Amino acid sequence: MKLKNLTFKGGVHPPHFKEYTEKIPLEKAKEPQTVIIPLAQHIGAPCEPIVKVGDRVKIGQKIGEPKAFVSAPIHSSIAGIVKKIVPYTSPIGTQVLSVVIESDGSNEVDENVKPKGDLESLTKEEILNIIKEAGITGLGGAGFPTHVKLSPPPDKKIDTIILNGAECEPYLTSDHRLMLENPEKVVFGLKAIMKAVGVNKGFIGIENNKPDAIEVMQNAVKNEPNIEVATLVTKYPQGDEKRLINAVTGREVPAGGLPMDVGVIVNNVGTAAAIADAIQTGMPLIQRIVTITGSAINEPKNLIVKIGTPFIEVIKQCGGYKGKPGKIIMGGPMMGIAQFTDEVPVIKGTSGILVLNEKEAKISEPKQCIRCGKCVDICPVNLQPLFISQFALKSMYDEAEYYHALDCIECGSCSFICPSKRPLLQSIRVAKRELISRRKKR
Amino acid sequence: MVDNKLIVSSSPHLRSDETINRIMLDVIIALLPATLASIYYFRFNALKLIVLAVLTAMVTEALIQKLMKKPITVNDLSAVITGLLLAFNIPASAPWWIPVIGSAFAIAIVKQAFGGLGHNFMNPALAARAMLLASWPVIMTNWVAPGAEAVSTATPLAILKGEAANQILPPLKDVFFGNVGGSLGETSAILLILGGAYLLYRGVINWRIPFTYIGTVAVMMLIFDGGLTSMIYHIFAGGLMLGAFFMATDYASSPVTPKGQIIFGIGCGVITSVIRLYGGYPEGVSYSILLMNVVAPLLDKYTSPRVFGEVKQNG
Repeated sequence: MKLKNLTFKGGVHPPHFKEYTEKIPLEKAKEPQTVIIPLAQHIGAPCEPIVKVGDRVKIGQKIGEPKAFVSAPIHSSIAGIVKKIVPYTSPIGTQVLSVVIESDGSNEVDENVKPKGDLESLTKEEILNIIKEAGITGLGGAGFPTHVKLSPPPDKKIDTIILNGAECEPYLTSDHRLMLENPEKVVFGLKAIMKAVGVNKGFIGIENNKPDAIEVMQNAVKNEPNIEVATLVTKYPQGDEKRLINAVTGREVPAGGLPMDVGVIVNNVGTAAAIADAIQTGMPLIQRIVTITGSAINEPKNLIVKIGTPFIEVIKQCGGYKGKPGKIIMGGPMMGIAQFTDEVPVIKGTSGILVLNEKEAKISEPKQCIRCGKCVDICPVNLQPLFISQFALKSMYDEAEYYHALDCIECGSCSFICPSKRPLLQSIRVAKRELISRRKKR
Repeated sequence: MVDNKLIVSSSPHLRSDETINRIMLDVIIALLPATLASIYYFRFNALKLIVLAVLTAMVTEALIQKLMKKPITVNDLSAVITGLLLAFNIPASAPWWIPVIGSAFAIAIVKQAFGGLGHNFMNPALAARAMLLASWPVIMTNWVAPGAEAVSTATPLAILKGEAANQILPPLKDVFFGNVGGSLGETSAILLILGGAYLLYRGVINWRIPFTYIGTVAVMMLIFDGGLTSMIYHIFAGGLMLGAFFMATDYASSPVTPKGQIIFGIGCGVITSVIRLYGGYPEGVSYSILLMNVVAPLLDKYTSPRVFGEVKQNG
């Protein structure tokens, strides 16, 4: 058994906070009474609704049709009546046209939801089509349509698939529990991806703070000569695609390039499990594992939640708030998105709902930069955040560009480590936005 | 629904518990053994000079910030370090007003006039030492032997250089533990190394500057000053340990890039060696660091690390 601890250069070691939920088995959330399903839950073009107000829909029925290649269809997660189709606040922070469905309690499943056959007999094209029709998008957080990722242009020769089970964000344990409880689904999904792309080398990368998951997954791939579990050093942002590829294969994705430029495609373990579901049961992506956690949650849990369930419903099933919530975050504390309200719905990219108490949510007053250079030491992309940030704050965007502001992966390690609590990433983001909009104008 | 009192800010939502204060406190902790040693060796004189230097630094900082209507940040402890380091750099025989003038100059001119914490382009304590040395050269080089009575002596490096012909080199053991003449805080090599090790362990400093600095001096002395004994004296006597671990690593006046820090360390080592070997002053460490401080911004500018995934240039 090979147990190498692989990693990349740079990075930080935030406290894990995984103890809230890492030992808590997956549990199905209560059936929601009403779901709000946004018609854009992924990077790419939004879908158009193909149901009308008053229609009756079933579980797994398609309700949103993509109108562009980089998009993924949207399905109903419950059976019931379409009440409204209106713009609604999405956890991404924008208003998105959403289908509001009220449950009729029948739990009737759509006729199209049926097993798609053996993996052996399915062709590449069929697998890709199943993934596309099931509306599968990356479940790691970014939410890129998976069938697009698995269809690289013919000139990009892919030789390796990596499943991302690193789960380097503090607090989150949904991937961890998935690997422990459904390892065979993860492996099945990986094999399906490998077949769809025509690759015979697969890795499952897991950080070494999850020894139980490493063991379970190693057992699950015992008889799979082409699949290997890659043990990774526990370090943030180990789960970033390019860091993961660097750690596992030693390859360096060119700046501005994509993993496929070095022959690799990375998918989240949750995405692989969703693919397994889509093939084995025919059920499209209508639910996902969500870690509900944080000091301001009474009973942190890992719940299987129907897409469209409002956060507050899920939080209530975890004993509600402990004290007054200070901040509600979708995702992890390093890259997650702070929410204005707890009425936003769970979407395909909702890996976690993290609620911090008022004290933790407080933003500390930034002090002067003492030039300690820690941000330079830990930047996984070798940037000099202190300089880029200074230029950004003075609106000197050309200088910020000279210091490679656009290569920032927004992992937040610099802001995390800064002893002066300076808004490093926040200001670099401003520079990035400005530079990108300038490029578009040209 | 919760009322609209949620904090909505951009990620990351988690910050390390590291603070400026903690870093400064670590430096003070690291300096403590050498501070106690200097009091042990040089008795009340040392205590008096150290207290005066630290107090003056703090008072000056508060006063200037008040005058300039800026927030008063004495409690970040950085002024304490400047005062302590300045005291480390003066002889035990110095009169009371030497640390007072030195600390006031370090804080008022070198630090605050350039914008305060993080903006000083030179190490304040070293710049103040250079000023004191230029103004009162006799006072600043009147070395005394450890003990209650201030008996004049020569430093090991001066003896090595042949400036004090009638004195013999102290045993290496004394040089190592600090039982020799010299500035207050620089005599005990071992305690300074201990402090340096603590700073490395705490992640306050990294290996690049101190190791390349000391390594360069060691190699140059081995080659140009004939042999191992001389090399060992050059490393452990004088201010090299103090300079390498506590002065050259000053955040504001040293480079932030990894390559820049290595060049900085080597540069300090070369200049120190050249001054010690061929210069007229026993001031290798101070001036080398000050000179390298001046080029630090240039080093930063020309040693940007290669960005991950940036296409490697051929040739």
